[in-house]
Parts: sequence; C-alpha cells; structure tokens
Amino acid sequence: MSLRSSERYRSSEQDRLFKRLRRTLVSSLIAAPVALSLSFSTTAQANSEWPTAEVNTTGLAVTDDTVKVGILHSLSGTMAISETGSVEAETLAIEQINEMGGVLGRQIEIILEDGASDWPTFADRSRKLLRQDNVAAVFGAWTSASRKAILPVFERENGMLFYPTFYEGLEQSPNVVYTGQEATQQILAGIDWAWNEKGARSFYLIGSDYIWPRTSMKIARIHIEDVLGGEVVGEDYYALGHTSFGSAINRIRLRRPDMIFHAVVGGSNVAWHRQLNAAGINGESQNVLAISVTEDEVLGIGGENVEGFYSAMKYFQSLDNENNQAFVQAFKERWGEDSVIGDVTQAAYLGPWIWKEAVERAGSFDIDKIREHLPGIEITTAPEGYVKVHPNHHLWSYTRIGKWNGDGQAEVVWESPEMIEPNPFPEGYQ
Amino acid sequence: MNAKLDFLDGRNGLVSLLVLAALILIVFPLAMGVDQLNLTGRFLSFSFVAVGLVLCWGYGGILSLGQGIFFGIGGYCMAMFLKLEASTPEATAIQTTPGIPDFMDWNRLTELPWFWVPFHSLTFTLLAILVLPAAFAYLMGIAMFKRRVSGVYFAIITQALVVILTILLVAQQGFTGGANGITDLRTLKGWSINTDEALVTLYFITAVLLLAVIVLGKWLLHTKFGRILIAMRDREDRVRFSGYDVANFKAFAFCIAATFSAIGGAMFTLQEGFMSPSLIGIIPSIEFVIFAAVGGRLSLIGAVYGALAIGFLRIAFAEAYPQLWLFLMGTVFIVVVLFLPMAWPGSTRNMRLGRAAC
Repeated sequence: MSLRSSERYRSSEQDRLFKRLRRTLVSSLIAAPVALSLSFSTTAQANSEWPTAEVNTTGLAVTDDTVKVGILHSLSGTMAISETGSVEAETLAIEQINEMGGVLGRQIEIILEDGASDWPTFADRSRKLLRQDNVAAVFGAWTSASRKAILPVFERENGMLFYPTFYEGLEQSPNVVYTGQEATQQILAGIDWAWNEKGARSFYLIGSDYIWPRTSMKIARIHIEDVLGGEVVGEDYYALGHTSFGSAINRIRLRRPDMIFHAVVGGSNVAWHRQLNAAGINGESQNVLAISVTEDEVLGIGGENVEGFYSAMKYFQSLDNENNQAFVQAFKERWGEDSVIGDVTQAAYLGPWIWKEAVERAGSFDIDKIREHLPGIEITTAPEGYVKVHPNHHLWSYTRIGKWNGDGQAEVVWESPEMIEPNPFPEGYQ
Repeated sequence: MNAKLDFLDGRNGLVSLLVLAALILIVFPLAMGVDQLNLTGRFLSFSFVAVGLVLCWGYGGILSLGQGIFFGIGGYCMAMFLKLEASTPEATAIQTTPGIPDFMDWNRLTELPWFWVPFHSLTFTLLAILVLPAAFAYLMGIAMFKRRVSGVYFAIITQALVVILTILLVAQQGFTGGANGITDLRTLKGWSINTDEALVTLYFITAVLLLAVIVLGKWLLHTKFGRILIAMRDREDRVRFSGYDVANFKAFAFCIAATFSAIGGAMFTLQEGFMSPSLIGIIPSIEFVIFAAVGGRLSLIGAVYGALAIGFLRIAFAEAYPQLWLFLMGTVFIVVVLFLPMAWPGSTRNMRLGRAAC
C-alpha cells in the first residue's frame, strides 16, 4: 500500500508539473508557435501510430485528431441539482485528458445532452448520441430510473455507458461501467463498523421509498439479523419528497435503537434532519449512519443539522491524499471556490479516465475491444485512491466512514482495511 | 361525393384527411430514418390523446387535465403483458423467485399478484386496453356529471386523480415497478420490438390506428351524438330541459376520449420499450391539452399537427440549446395559451360553430 501510493503520488506530481508547464507554454506569446508545432507533431505521430481506420472499425465519431463522447445528465428539472456535480466532474476530467494530449492522440469533444429529469427524454437523448452522433462513450445517468430507461438502448446499439451513482446493484451489463458502489460495498462494511466500533446491536432502518433504499435495507437487515445476530427494531419507508417524519421519530424514541441506519434522499433529507434535531436527536445523543448523505446533500441540509452523524461512502472531499488535494484544487479552479464535491461527483470524475485507459490498452475505440480490456484497469491517480475495475464492470473500493462536522465537511474516522470486491448479485442477501 | 362519406365534412374534410394520411403514411417514412420515424411514431401516439381531447373538450366542453390516467392505463396494460413475456423463468433464473418480473423480486414478492395473472394473455391485454379506461372514465364521469360538476372544477378533480395515480404507482413499487416504471420490454409474442424493422412496422400500425380513430371521431361528431355534444357545450340547460340525460352523454364523450388515449398509451409503450409514472403525471397531462390547443381545439386533424409540431419543436430546442430548451418550450406554451386560444385551424371553424368552449 505504502509503496504503491508513493509511486502514485510521484506520477501525479509529474502530471501536474507537466500541466503547469504546458499552461505557461501556451499562455506565453513567444512560445505559441512552438506549442503549435509541438501539438502538430504529436498528432501526426499519433495518427501514423494509430490510423483512424484501425482504431475505429465500427463507425464511431473518430477522426484523425478528434473523438466525440457524450455527457447525458439532467441539466434541468428536479434532478439537475444533483447531477450538475457529475457533469462538472466529467467535463473537468475530459479537459484534463485533452490537456495531456487526449486519447490515442485525439482531442475529446463533448456532446452535452439534457435528460431533463425525465426518463423517456434520457432514452431519446441516448438514442441520439449512439445512433446519430456515434459517440465513442457516454458519461451519464444518475437515478436508477434513468439508467433503467437507457440500458436497453445501450445494449441494442452496443454503446458504453459510464454510470457514476452508488446504486442498488442487481445489474451487470456488458455495456455499462459502474464507477459508483453497488449496495454491498456501502452497507456491509458500514454495518460491521457500527457493530464493532460503536457496539451497535439494535438498528432502526429508514429510507425513501424506491428501489435503491429498499434493496439496501433488505441487504442491511439480512446482514444485521442473520450474519451478525443483531436486531432490527424498525423499518420505515417514506415517499420521495415526504417531509413529515414525526411518526418515525416517535418510534425511534420509543425503541431506542443503538444506530439509525438511513437512506433518505433528496428534499426529504432536509426535513428529516431538522426534525431529528428538533426532537433532540443529534450527534451527541444518537448514532446515525447514512448511506445517502454526501457533501452535496449537507449543503442543502445545513452542516449544523448533521453534526456528529456518520455517512458510509467511498469518498469524502476531505480525504487526505495528494491525488485528492490536486483534484479538489482543480475542481475549485474550474468550477468555483464554493463548489463541494460529493461521493458521486468523484465517481463521475473516474469515468473518462477509465475509458481513456481502456481505449489505450485496447489500442482502439471499438466498444467490443474496450470491453475486453476493462477488467483489471487500474487508476492510480483517482482522488479516492487506487481504483481497479472488476470483471463485473464495477470498481473495487474502500468503504469509509465520515463523521460530519458543523461546516459541511466530514472527517474520515474509519476505512475498511481492504478494498471491497464489488458483488452486484450478493448470494444470501437476495 | 358518396353520401356515406358526408361525415368527413365534404370535399375539404376529405382532402385534409388525405393530406394527413399522405404525410404520415408516405412522406414521413420516405423522408426519415428509423430513429426519427420512431420518434414521430411516439408523437403520433400522443396525438391519440389530443384527438380524444378535441372530442371531449373542443366539442363537449369537458376539459380534462387528467388524460395521463388513460394514456397510462393503456401503456401500463401493454407494459404488463410485455414484461410478463420478458420474465421467463430462464431469463430471470438469477432471482430469488424466478419467473416474476425483476422489480417484484427486488421488492421481496414471491409470487405474481393476482391482477397481473390475466396479463399473460394478449387477448385479455388488448381488451383491457380498450375496456379498462372506458370503464374508469365512465365511473369518474358519472360520479361527477351526475352531480353537475363541470368546467374548472372537473379539470381540477381530474388533475388530482392524476396525482393520486402517480403516487399510487410510485408507492406500490412491488406491484408497479415504482418510479422506475416497467422497463426492459423486448418482445411481443416472440417478435422483437426493438429492431429497426419492428420500429417501422409499429410506426405504420400507429399511423393507421390514428387515422382510424380520427375517422371514427369524425363519424361520431356527424351523428346526433355530435350535435348533442356541441349543444351541451354551448347551452347545457337547454339540452337538459329538452329531455336528454346530459350526464350520460358527457360520460360517453369522456369514455371515448379515454379509450383513444389508452390506444395511444399502448402504442407508445410498444415503441418506447418502457412505461413509467413520469409519462402520465401532471406535466404530460397538461401537455396533451396543449397539443389539442395548438392544433385548434375543434380540429381532430389539427390535434395531430399540434402534437407533431410541439414534439419536433421540443427536439429542435433540446438539441440546439441543451441548457435552455425547457425555458424555450415554456415560452411557446405561454404564447400558445395567451395568444392562440383558438389556434389557427380552429379560428375559422369556430365562427361557423358558434360560441367557443371555455
């Protein structure tokens, strides 16, 4: 671990030096012709090494010096607030890759499409990206519903989707790379932590009412009751957007669980945390572990309302490593000092890098060839640390427990000792 | 001209029907690639709803902001059939309970709910698409029209029912697929609905059904029922005093509109490959009304043009301005509602037909 990480830091240091060098080169007038001839020569070299006819045998939008990719998120509608971070991260990654010389000597061009928080629109736009624009890859989708809507399109048209959100699992498509965690990667280690470190024996499960929380709680309950031998003292679901948690909070006060384990999402989160606080349930009096609260959510909830609560994620903005410091700095430079970076935003950032690596390994943009080279891809410069693609198209990842402080950032208090193998169809948990 | 075809409004009516038929059966298929044709096919399936609205709103004065309910019933019935076909025990072997739709398994259901069982049969499904929405519309209609609920109150209640239906669909996700909807539909009686040939075939089926629905609508308007419909819209009390049961006639018009919508919903599901609550909620329901308004609410054929125009505009905006297009669409809607309450084809005909609906 330590050897690998020191190597990793050195390479990222070089990258950054190189970038800084390039930037000064390009920005100075005198050097402009030099930079121009430099980039020309690399393109020419790349193209003789990677002729378009060879790297693209399936009619993708690849020319001698460009390759088109799609970004498909909700830019409008209710999901826009959540998906904007992903668009920003994916754009940043692509710009950084372009700055480093692109992929197989080709600059990446982004075609941005709006899914408009509307699942049929997502399907339409993905059809357009794959059939009309012939993009080489698509980075996008956020909710499970939008992914489910576009999945048949990607499978039929043989596209490649990089999907950033932590999700319920129960899916494994040859046409999707899941850069977020599937359910077990967040839940099992999180509950083990609560059991071992917090001595929690009784759990209260609560979530918004849709597929991801329900699947997550199913896995949580089986793990608590059957594997650990603990007790689940309550399990509640509330409709998306629900804002009145009084009855659940009353039951919680009555049953006094050692740990509240929750997956409340979106706007409900604000009401849920404020009402918890109003009822005197706070970080000092009660252990609360969330699998749905990232820096982005805390921005809405208000740092003071989650102070002392915990989240189980693979990434926190406060992660203390050089990759992450560089990433946070670059992100803020590009998108503003005020931006916060949540778990999904970081996972979205990984998509273009994994795709680049796969294309370079395959020496081709063809989807079928990329797919062969996906398993085993390692990204050593990932903000979350080292990342590796599993043959099931999910990533190995650590589970980390963050404790929220009052200013909207989390302090990582625990990290799983090993990377957790992605297992979208966990046997015994279904 | 053949007297039997009088209901097509003479030569002009026949010509405009033939123009529409030529456009959707010949021009579009020749001019468009499969994708665009598929997209157009889905706009055409929306126009079933708009045609229904012209009948019950334009002619009958019954403004329903809840046509998504019926579009949804049609769409979900078809989706349930297709989902059951896709959920063979072999295809779902990985589940705890193989042979039931995937989302049921995720929600810990261990057997198929009773109301899903009949949807194994295509005949039942097709009948359900025609009968269920009509039955539901009849109940809604009778319940409200007998109490003389009309105008804006009726519109608000239909809107509320749409909300109730979407909440029900989302909350009962074990039975309905929840917010994700019913997804990953692949075959109809073994015939893959995703191939290019299938999409073209489905387009033509949609187009022909739509023309049939329009002809049926025109015929209905030409009968005594049509005259009573207009009379009720303009002077409901006089019709009542003349001895007609206004509530029943209104309910009938509402049922016809509902069935038309459901046919559109079913064709939509076949062409889209999935069905979800977001397609039937408040926003789609209001959009249906806008389609009818843009086409001139008194023209069955205009409703189709309305749906197509808004559909194409939406695509053009979305592609040109991915970050602004919703605002542009919103502006169009506002302009339509404010400045074109009768739209263009409607305005002349409207003078002929007397007072406007409101």
